[in-house]
Amino acid sequence: MATSLLYILVFPGFLFLVGFALISEQLDRFLYARMQNRVGPPWFQPLADVIKLAAKEDTIPEGADRTVFRFMPVVALTAVITAIFYVPIWSQRALQAFPGDLVVVLYLLTIPTLTFFLGGWFSRSLYSMIGAARAITQLFAYEIPLLLAILSPAMLAGSWSISDITAFYAARWYLVPVNLIGFGVAVVSLLGKLERVPFDIPEAETEIVAGSFTEYGGRLLAIFRLCIDIEMVVGASLIAAVFLPFGLRIHPTIGFGLYLIKIEFVIFLISLMRTVMARLRIDQMIDFCWKYMAPLALLQLVINLFLKGYVQ
Amino acid sequence: MTDSDIVKVPLGPQHPALKEPGSFMLSLRGEQITEMGVRLGYNHRGMEKACEERSYLNDLYLLERICGICSHAHSSAYVTAVEEIADVQIPRRGAYLRTLVSELERIHSHLLWLGVAGHEIGFDTLLMYSWRDREIVMDLLADLTGNRVNYGYNTIGGVRRDITDEQKAAMLKGLDTLEERTKYYAQIATQEVTLAKRLSGVGKISKEDVIRLGVTGPTARASGVNRDIRKDDPYCIYDELDFDVITADSCDVFGRTVVRVGELMQTYRMIRQILANLPDGPIAAKAPRKVPKGQAVSRYEAPRGEGIHFVRGNGTDKPERVKVRAPTMVNIQAVSHMMKGGFLADMPITLAAIDPCFSCTDRMIELADESGSHLGVKSWADVRAHGIRHYQERGIDLSDVSKRFASKMERL
Repeated sequence: MATSLLYILVFPGFLFLVGFALISEQLDRFLYARMQNRVGPPWFQPLADVIKLAAKEDTIPEGADRTVFRFMPVVALTAVITAIFYVPIWSQRALQAFPGDLVVVLYLLTIPTLTFFLGGWFSRSLYSMIGAARAITQLFAYEIPLLLAILSPAMLAGSWSISDITAFYAARWYLVPVNLIGFGVAVVSLLGKLERVPFDIPEAETEIVAGSFTEYGGRLLAIFRLCIDIEMVVGASLIAAVFLPFGLRIHPTIGFGLYLIKIEFVIFLISLMRTVMARLRIDQMIDFCWKYMAPLALLQLVINLFLKGYVQ
Repeated sequence: MTDSDIVKVPLGPQHPALKEPGSFMLSLRGEQITEMGVRLGYNHRGMEKACEERSYLNDLYLLERICGICSHAHSSAYVTAVEEIADVQIPRRGAYLRTLVSELERIHSHLLWLGVAGHEIGFDTLLMYSWRDREIVMDLLADLTGNRVNYGYNTIGGVRRDITDEQKAAMLKGLDTLEERTKYYAQIATQEVTLAKRLSGVGKISKEDVIRLGVTGPTARASGVNRDIRKDDPYCIYDELDFDVITADSCDVFGRTVVRVGELMQTYRMIRQILANLPDGPIAAKAPRKVPKGQAVSRYEAPRGEGIHFVRGNGTDKPERVKVRAPTMVNIQAVSHMMKGGFLADMPITLAAIDPCFSCTDRMIELADESGSHLGVKSWADVRAHGIRHYQERGIDLSDVSKRFASKMERL
């Protein structure tokens, strides 16, 4: 019981995730600033932002559904924190594992987008509603390439459990480069999930103010922002576990150190992409996902199908 | 689809896409715009009327403050008209320096626009880069004129400060850097995929519509209309300079970007010619305090398009009438035309692509009651009295402060 609480509240649960997520956000902002030839914020900026927001009063717009409006940030945060327990961090096995946990993690990572939709829709503000509609439209575009991209390595490994997939590739490192296309598709889909440039269409500042979050403020917005940061870390962890399973068989400390480097590598890729690209339009985004990403993910699936016969 | 599917979304008066207040009511069907209503006037400051209360020289500094970006454009257009009425011949060195500041101002305005355009489509890296480079030209302007924004460089009959050899050298050095960076931006604009995707085919307006709606400046030139006051009706020393008018025929936002970047390259060429051929002599001629009876119109190619100033003098030291037509006034009307059938996502960039300046445009009070019938035009004194009453009703009374200030001044 005590260990379970420790897992949930301290490591790798709430406290670790919040700390790591804030550091990752800082890294993302710092890299983004440096690549834009700016100085960037001081190291404590993300934490300061959260504290500042948490100290402000919550305002709920008239006509908004108060329960849904208040409840959604908490649901989103719970979902992303739960997901981390099924992702291997310092060794080949995650804290919890059962056959099929891959699907559960992907599902848990979809919940934040659904809460953005519901929270935005029930704010009853025009900008929020447009943002909410865009968020859900975008979900259908990036979710399928992401699912296919992660499904292919799982199929080659012959398991639906993330821990088993990690163990499979950690033992056969020469098979890792095979999934390179899937890795690319997964990282780009993660951009869509996190609503980052070029896929920040649901919260496009110059068009619809802040999209779903227009009416959010104070503690509720702080939770939402924290949730997006944690989603970034958990999403990157999932990608690292499936596509970059190196150094997990030596020692837990080395494995953990490598895990941190892997996550920061994925975050570097995300920062790089948002530095060099402009925001797409929603129709262009859907075109891009269905015309290029989904076929690429399918190609990965076909490659792995052939390889499976060969490996066996 | 029925009418109930149409959602009305207000963009402004306060909105992240707008740097100045202006209200745009968009009728949306899904993401598509079916109609757009424009409402301006939030920035009205009564400047034309205020000009009639001040001397010609004071007006120069007032009119410079119409716009923070093309301030030299307004003061030059006004001062040209006044010089025409007063029949003052501006010395050649003065004319060269006035043109020099005009072109430096064009650089800073176009670089600013490039950054804003990048920001509107979520490409903040372009904003950070181009505004960083804009600092070079801002520093050059501050060095030459003493100010970064409202230069205060013109005076009736010439300019107020001479250029030194060190400033010339610094300017040529700064130009080299800027030219190199501009080439880099031209490369980004044409090669970066997401940027090209967001710019080409957006905000289309045909050549015929441009002529019909009287659109001016880079917006018109991007639709293949070869119109530039600097070539068609040269003022200052533009007839002595060798430059090309840049046009494009893609009729969209991409074309407007290409035209502006191309104009930057031409501007560097012009500044080099000005600095090489700068004649010696005085920088300003003596101008009379009282301007004779008469009227004049002056046209000026501001960075945003053609600006027109009309001045009428009645023989005193104050003008009888000053009328300004800023380029945004005509271009803004083309935006609703460009937006029809466009996407909500393209609205900010289409609006930004005309490089709007609402504070240039807002200048009229028309009083109307709720049914829309006119209640007449108020005089300057009425407007002032109304302003004082308005604030007194809200508990802000400055009459006491101004009295105390006056008595303090007397004691000094």
